[in-house]
Amino acid sequence: MADKITVGYTHLSGCTGCTVALADNYAGLLTLLDRYVDLKYMPTLADARHIQKVDVSFVEGSVCINDKLAVAEIKETREKSAVVVALGGCACYGNITRFSRGGQQNQPAQEAYLPIGDLIKVDVYIPGCAPSPQLIRNVAVAAYLLLKGSPEQKALATAYLKPLMMAADRGTSACFCDLMTNVINQGLCMGCGSCASACPVRAITHEYGKPQGERDLCIKCGACYNQCPRSWFSFDVVENYEAINETIMAALQ
Amino acid sequence: MGAELGKYKSCVSARSTDKEILRHAQDGGIVTQLFGFALDEGIIDGAIVAASKEFAAKYPSKVMADNSNFDMIEPWRPIPAIVNTRAEMIAAAGTKYNVSPNVSMIKEATRSFGLDKVGIVGTPCQMQAIRKLQLYPVGARDVGASIALAVGIFCMENFPYQSILQLVEDHAAMKMESVRKMEIGKGKFWVYGKRGQIVQLPLKVTHKYEQPGCKVCLDYVANLGDISTGSVGSPDGWSTVFVRSKIGDSVWAKAMAAGCFETQPIEKVKPGLELVTKLANEKISKNKKTLEERATFGVGKALRNPYI
Repeated sequence: MADKITVGYTHLSGCTGCTVALADNYAGLLTLLDRYVDLKYMPTLADARHIQKVDVSFVEGSVCINDKLAVAEIKETREKSAVVVALGGCACYGNITRFSRGGQQNQPAQEAYLPIGDLIKVDVYIPGCAPSPQLIRNVAVAAYLLLKGSPEQKALATAYLKPLMMAADRGTSACFCDLMTNVINQGLCMGCGSCASACPVRAITHEYGKPQGERDLCIKCGACYNQCPRSWFSFDVVENYEAINETIMAALQ
Repeated sequence: MGAELGKYKSCVSARSTDKEILRHAQDGGIVTQLFGFALDEGIIDGAIVAASKEFAAKYPSKVMADNSNFDMIEPWRPIPAIVNTRAEMIAAAGTKYNVSPNVSMIKEATRSFGLDKVGIVGTPCQMQAIRKLQLYPVGARDVGASIALAVGIFCMENFPYQSILQLVEDHAAMKMESVRKMEIGKGKFWVYGKRGQIVQLPLKVTHKYEQPGCKVCLDYVANLGDISTGSVGSPDGWSTVFVRSKIGDSVWAKAMAAGCFETQPIEKVKPGLELVTKLANEKISKNKKTLEERATFGVGKALRNPYI
């Protein structure tokens, strides 16, 4: 299947929730595998587990820097992939693994975890804990169109992926505080409510139309910041929402 | 400019044919009638709207409990709520002129409220949030496809609650609980009292109370709603309606066929689209200027631009 893109899945310190989110595309996942994606390696869902040369690799989980194998795997992933996608809160921002202090059985000395962007260059972020099946699907279809599509499809896929590439360039830290420092403090919040609905742990409520974060509940997944329409917003993409949704749905028919 | 009114398939001046809705609604009762019809027809099975404390007291299961002490919630403070019936819809009708974070309920609507086909009404920025959430569902698993009807309302700017409090109680010298209706129109901010008194404030007075986040907004007529509506452009008691998306087109055609709305061609009414276009351009150029000023705000330091 020459026209498929090759994809790998590296699983580091993550809970498999991102894997489950990918699988939760159900028939959509089968269509993806059938037509667009040659899944070269992936723990859990494929027989081959060792990292190979691929077009796109998805990485779930953060890197335990006390674990030689994890460090070797993230480096090898970078060396062998044209595009590296950080999948989920842990790979992008550290998420719940930021709170590790070590001491857990059976590797009590594994205490320091970093988002993959602190060790390698990452091209695209898919934030969220767990990331939604639909965002994974959209990025997978866009990656296919970018590498194998017509010039128009390439342009559309580039525009779609651009904000997620900019999110990857922005850095490896995002939590409720980013809403304060980069949205509210910058005079950009207009109280739409997106952040509260995006928060997986219900740490955000609205008081008088403005977000209030229960910062001790925040797990640092970055969902609120990236869902906020005033963190990043692309008119080019969003104004064509109908056409883009139709393109993606048509690709999966 | 040319793009100031967004993409649309049709535009009319309309009002609801339901007298009861017109009694409770802000202008032509478009949102209330549309959602009422969509509920009756099963196009949506519930809608997220901006309700009030009285609504929450009457229908406590339709709002999300948060940390605020219920007794402390003031009159005219919006509370996002889910409505499932025409009666609930009417109980929540009318514009509140301060921030109601309706999008905060979009996920919960499909979870504990169990909706498969959600309606939502919101300002242009909230329509932007909805479309971003459909294209980039970061924290919105299985939500995007459940949004069955998004109705946008025209918006020049919004106010924090405390701004409305100050405008009504300090400038208009009325008590919040004695206010029947608020309105912005004909270049004035109008406060209508329950005993029949009317106070008008020039918009010059209201400007400094506007929410800062509104000053970078480049959308006046909710370009991203399935349908968007507002009073501007139509005669008193009527609303201007833009039908924008395929979903909007289908719902509007069904509602028209069912006799939900009385309409007039927008070209035939005064002040018509000319005023809508003028105000849209005013808002967009003013806020583009704000964005430019933000780019050189400090000394060699810019304020952040959210648009890429």
